[in-house]
Amino acid sequence: MTSLFPRGAIRPSSIASTPRQLAIIATHTQPTHRGTAVATPVDDNIQTSRRFSVLNRPPPLYPGHIPLTRLERVSLALGSGILSLRNPYRADLIAACGEALSVPYFIYRLRDAMLSHPVGRRILRDRPKITSTSLSLPHLRSLPPNSLGRTYVNWLDREHVSPDTRLPVRFIDDEECAYVMQRYRESHDFYHSLTGLPTVREGEVALKAFEFANTLLPMTGFACLSVFTMKKQERKRFWEIYGPWAVRNGVNAEEVINVYWEEEMATNVDVLRKRLGIETPPDMRDIRKRERDQRRKEKGEREKMGMGV
Amino acid sequence: MASRPGLRSIAAASTSASRTFAPRFVPPTSRSFASTHPASRPTTTTNDTSDRPTSFGFETVTESEKRERVAGVFSSVADSYDRMNDMMSLGVHRLWKDHYVSSLNPGYTPPGQAARPQHILDIAGGTGDIAFRHLHTAHVLNRNPDVRVTISDINPDMLEVGKKRSSILPASQQAALSFLQANAEDLTGKVADNSMDLYTVAFGIRNFSNMPAALQEAHRVLKPGGVFACLEFSKVGNALLDSVYKRWSFGAIPMIGHLVAGDRDSYQYLVESIENFPSQEDFRQLILDAGFGVAGQGYEDLTGGIAAIHRGIKPLA
Repeated sequence: MTSLFPRGAIRPSSIASTPRQLAIIATHTQPTHRGTAVATPVDDNIQTSRRFSVLNRPPPLYPGHIPLTRLERVSLALGSGILSLRNPYRADLIAACGEALSVPYFIYRLRDAMLSHPVGRRILRDRPKITSTSLSLPHLRSLPPNSLGRTYVNWLDREHVSPDTRLPVRFIDDEECAYVMQRYRESHDFYHSLTGLPTVREGEVALKAFEFANTLLPMTGFACLSVFTMKKQERKRFWEIYGPWAVRNGVNAEEVINVYWEEEMATNVDVLRKRLGIETPPDMRDIRKRERDQRRKEKGEREKMGMGV
Repeated sequence: MASRPGLRSIAAASTSASRTFAPRFVPPTSRSFASTHPASRPTTTTNDTSDRPTSFGFETVTESEKRERVAGVFSSVADSYDRMNDMMSLGVHRLWKDHYVSSLNPGYTPPGQAARPQHILDIAGGTGDIAFRHLHTAHVLNRNPDVRVTISDINPDMLEVGKKRSSILPASQQAALSFLQANAEDLTGKVADNSMDLYTVAFGIRNFSNMPAALQEAHRVLKPGGVFACLEFSKVGNALLDSVYKRWSFGAIPMIGHLVAGDRDSYQYLVESIENFPSQEDFRQLILDAGFGVAGQGYEDLTGGIAAIHRGIKPLA
């Protein structure tokens, strides 16, 4: 696709120096007639540009891959979206909806965001997976208190969850983008440690808003719609404090998908935040606790008055 | 806070409960239409056929592996089995099963004769669909209280569903009902020779690792004059109906399985196993090979051949 006026024409030499980096740029950009390279999110998935029916699906590109026809993809997006709203415990439907909605444009944009960044490129080359075997949890427990690894493992222990519970990606038709989606899913817990938001519904919604502003994945945006299911006070806080914080930081910060979590385990969380450009939001746990104590005090007073009469 | 552990536990459960997930990761071509290369293990010289290659959907696996994976499929679908059947066949499976049992007419006694006892063996009948119909037809419609039904299934989870559902039956019917966990390919020690009047298997035989062995066992346990009746998915004759049916099977059913039951792989296996089942004529030949006598065509197509009832009789001599 050539263009007379390429927007954001990037000369390869300004962002790449090694032959490997140049090769990556070359495969993911398209030369214009002027010879400079324009980087645009391309649909380089040659395989599924050929129409197929459910009776002759193309072979899978990665283990567990299921190529879907267009009708199937639409049905999956609609069906899983509606059913996961009705039953939010169906994590598999939420995951499938996220995958169905991330194509055509959004997952490719995220993958290209990784390719445009040196650490992102390293992640795509190394393909690290975050599981309980790849992260040594006992080692993380031995790290200094305010390090990323320590806050992460404390959080895992407190919530009684393990890093192994993320479902594999199945419905994305590009092997690299499937890995990007998998990486995003596995990194979600680290976003909690990074932002300091708790895993209550209020914290999850605020984090989803941050993720949407940062990664632009549509499912994160839809997840924010559950702001309308929160309590009045929480909703007010979202519109006044956490929503604006999320948008401001998501947009201004670096792409959090480009953080090599395995290497940042010993980093101090505040240092990491400063590097990425994320400001710490007001401590949600603290605010909620104060509000709870306040409510309890008022309730106690009301009861005392009631009993006195 | 409450939603998080719930989400995590569901996610953990769905990755561990759908056991077909993990094995499917190994062969990269497992999702394609064609079979993978056959397992290259040699057959043993003993009677044990568990290393013989057979089909699991479109994959080729050994018989023992197929048994394991079918067990995984049915444990996974046991609870939502009825809802899924309704959705896959748009409720028509109920009509098929009604016609199947009423055409067999268990417990029927000709007018003027005394009611004779009958013992019915319902194979792969875990959830009880067919067995309950047998009991109703025999005890209520034919007013023959001497008819007993034994439900046999290899999968204990399906039997559990059947036991739960049987608790709402009238007491006399419950008394006539028994449950047996067994492998239909080898009922030695569990069902005696020449002991059954009627052997039924509905939508089960395509899941067997070794169909000829199951047919031979059916021949063994039936009394001379006993009836073998099999209700199973089959080949559709009409080309237009067939193309619509295939697209529904391979497109809609796995999607419905995913959305409703959270298990796409089990339903993908189910539709692939339907595709692999022999045609009406081929299965009729298998029944003849097992020693049964077949009257005329020997099968009856239902809904254009989407399902078919095969019948055979064990010869008297």
